[in-house]
Amino acid sequence: MTSRQVFPPLSLRATGLVCGRGGMALTRELTVSVASGHCLLLRGPNGAGKTTLLLTLAGVIPPLAGGFALEAADTELQNLHYCGHRNAIKPRLSVLENLDFWRAVNGGTGEPVEAALDEVGLAALANLDAGYLSAGQTRRLALARLLVSHRPLWLLDEPTAALDIEGHDLVTRLLDRHLDMGGFAIAATHDPITLPDPARMETLVLGARTAGASS
Amino acid sequence: MTAFRAMLIRELHLALRGGGDMLTLVLFFVIVGAIVPFAVGPDRELLARIAPGVVWIAAFLAMLLGLDRLFRPDHEDGSLILLRQAELPLSAVVAAKLIVHWAVSALPLIVASPFVAMLLAMDVATFWRTLLSLLLGTPALAAFGAVGAAVTVSIRRGGLIAPILIAPLSIPVLIFGTGSITATQSGAALLFLAALSLMATALSPFAAALAISSGED
Amino acid sequence: MTMETTPKQSWWSRIAHPGQFVIWTRPLLWPLTILTALLFVAGLWFAFFNSPEDYQMGDTVRIMYVHVPNAWLSQFVYAVMSVSALGTLVWRHPMADVSMKAAAPLGALFTALALFTGALWGRPTWGTFWEWDGRMTSTLVLLLIYLGIIALWRAFDDQLRAARVIAVFTLIGAVNIPIIKFSVDWWSTLHQPASVFRPDGPRMPGSILTPLFVMFFAFTFLFLVLHLKAMHTEVKRRRVMTLQRRAAQGLGA
Repeated sequence: MTSRQVFPPLSLRATGLVCGRGGMALTRELTVSVASGHCLLLRGPNGAGKTTLLLTLAGVIPPLAGGFALEAADTELQNLHYCGHRNAIKPRLSVLENLDFWRAVNGGTGEPVEAALDEVGLAALANLDAGYLSAGQTRRLALARLLVSHRPLWLLDEPTAALDIEGHDLVTRLLDRHLDMGGFAIAATHDPITLPDPARMETLVLGARTAGASS
Repeated sequence: MTAFRAMLIRELHLALRGGGDMLTLVLFFVIVGAIVPFAVGPDRELLARIAPGVVWIAAFLAMLLGLDRLFRPDHEDGSLILLRQAELPLSAVVAAKLIVHWAVSALPLIVASPFVAMLLAMDVATFWRTLLSLLLGTPALAAFGAVGAAVTVSIRRGGLIAPILIAPLSIPVLIFGTGSITATQSGAALLFLAALSLMATALSPFAAALAISSGED
Repeated sequence: MTMETTPKQSWWSRIAHPGQFVIWTRPLLWPLTILTALLFVAGLWFAFFNSPEDYQMGDTVRIMYVHVPNAWLSQFVYAVMSVSALGTLVWRHPMADVSMKAAAPLGALFTALALFTGALWGRPTWGTFWEWDGRMTSTLVLLLIYLGIIALWRAFDDQLRAARVIAVFTLIGAVNIPIIKFSVDWWSTLHQPASVFRPDGPRMPGSILTPLFVMFFAFTFLFLVLHLKAMHTEVKRRRVMTLQRRAAQGLGA
């Protein structure tokens, strides 16, 4: 697993971006820029709009104001992985079938399924129905989805939720390798994520304006 | 194409392992057919006369009943958001779901229809025409249903409202479906039915995909 | 060229803002209301006092002056909703949502009135309140579609998101309505010989056409007034909801 530059240099630039739901603004005007090899950590109290910002960047929710663009991206391709609270794992399919499906549907540009399962520590459970996995194991399977198709931008919403200590290390390791490959990521998290190279991390604190109101 | 096939296989696996939904629908279909004689009396002549209509209504209701599992499970576990970011276009995802939905909800009804036809004292010639009209008409029902399910997927209690939306739109299917069995111009009705099915299945994946991507989150 | 397009764009974007829309269209409300009232006075006067009885139906023919405009509106309102739906989907015009939402109950109302007056008229004419005649049946289906759309509006929590979804459904309905109409006509001619009185046709004398025409415009303007007022109400309702949510957030501190 030698890390190499897989992705062309890219950057995400948002200017004056206001995110919200149902016409209600949740964030202030954000001006954000993340480039290849960097990870932006979103922090802030519950209700500060972290998930909403990620969903907006994923193109699921329209922004209330402002805009954002993936610069120098090939718009023919899907450029991002969104990994949300819900794992999108079907309990009635086996671990292998779940991952196989997402690899086929997302374009199998990444690692083979077996390698990805090995990476997240689920290789021994490949033929088990995903319904028998624990919450943490299901999360690991969801993370394996990021590996089987290469996409430059990862949008992670609480990637370490339900994971044990070793799982936290796993997230850090995967993230670090992704940045090595020239990818970049935006992660909302309450847990501390420390990459080996702190220069690659930036932090954006959300909810400063309504910090008191949303507690 | 591999992505489309993977989608089909996944849907098929989920439907077949999905805890007997298929059987429930078939049972519902048969029960609706079997209840009618109790309501109108066991007069064989009367039953034979209304049998095509009853079979169609039962199929129509059974198809409506199965709508909710089309998109809702994928909405609830977050798959739908990810499918929107798949390399496979969302309309193709919907098309795959539609094909499997038809195969696991309409096809079993068609297979079970001889039984209902027998209960309702249908003669053989009418039965074959009923079978043909169901084969031609149920794709349109499934397609309209997919649109209804897509429109209501982001509503928390949307399961109840989809049939209300879809039933008026499905009236032409019902008219031409039963028309092709009983009417004097059954040939024309059969052609209309086929045209309706073709149009609905061709357009509904795009409409449903648009509804999902504008409403779901 | 630019001189011509610039003011048009600014007008377009000016009414895009809900508050501005209300301010710009409020002066229209009263003149339109007065015009509608005058048209109704004239139309009703013609209808009751200055039009002949039908030699077959007698005075009941006067129901037509209410029935036909309502039947026309039942379809016109759907056209308004479809255009608004396009506005929502294609141009993302904020007022198109509001127009779509405001039109749905009005459409249902006019369709129900068309059915009601049709039934009242059918009793003396056909001897029954309800006849499964092609027109009445497709109007009934249209009413069901309207009611479905209203139910859909009520089912969504987030009205902005609802607008786009309902726009999709409205357009699907618009594509389907001609098909429904055609299939219902096919079905009704199949099951009963056509023995239905049709009010249109070349036999209609001018003395009937004049009140019909006036009432037709009166009802159309009535719809326009009600639609505009309903749009204003909807804009205000949304503002109240925003304020309430903001207040609730403020109280949570």
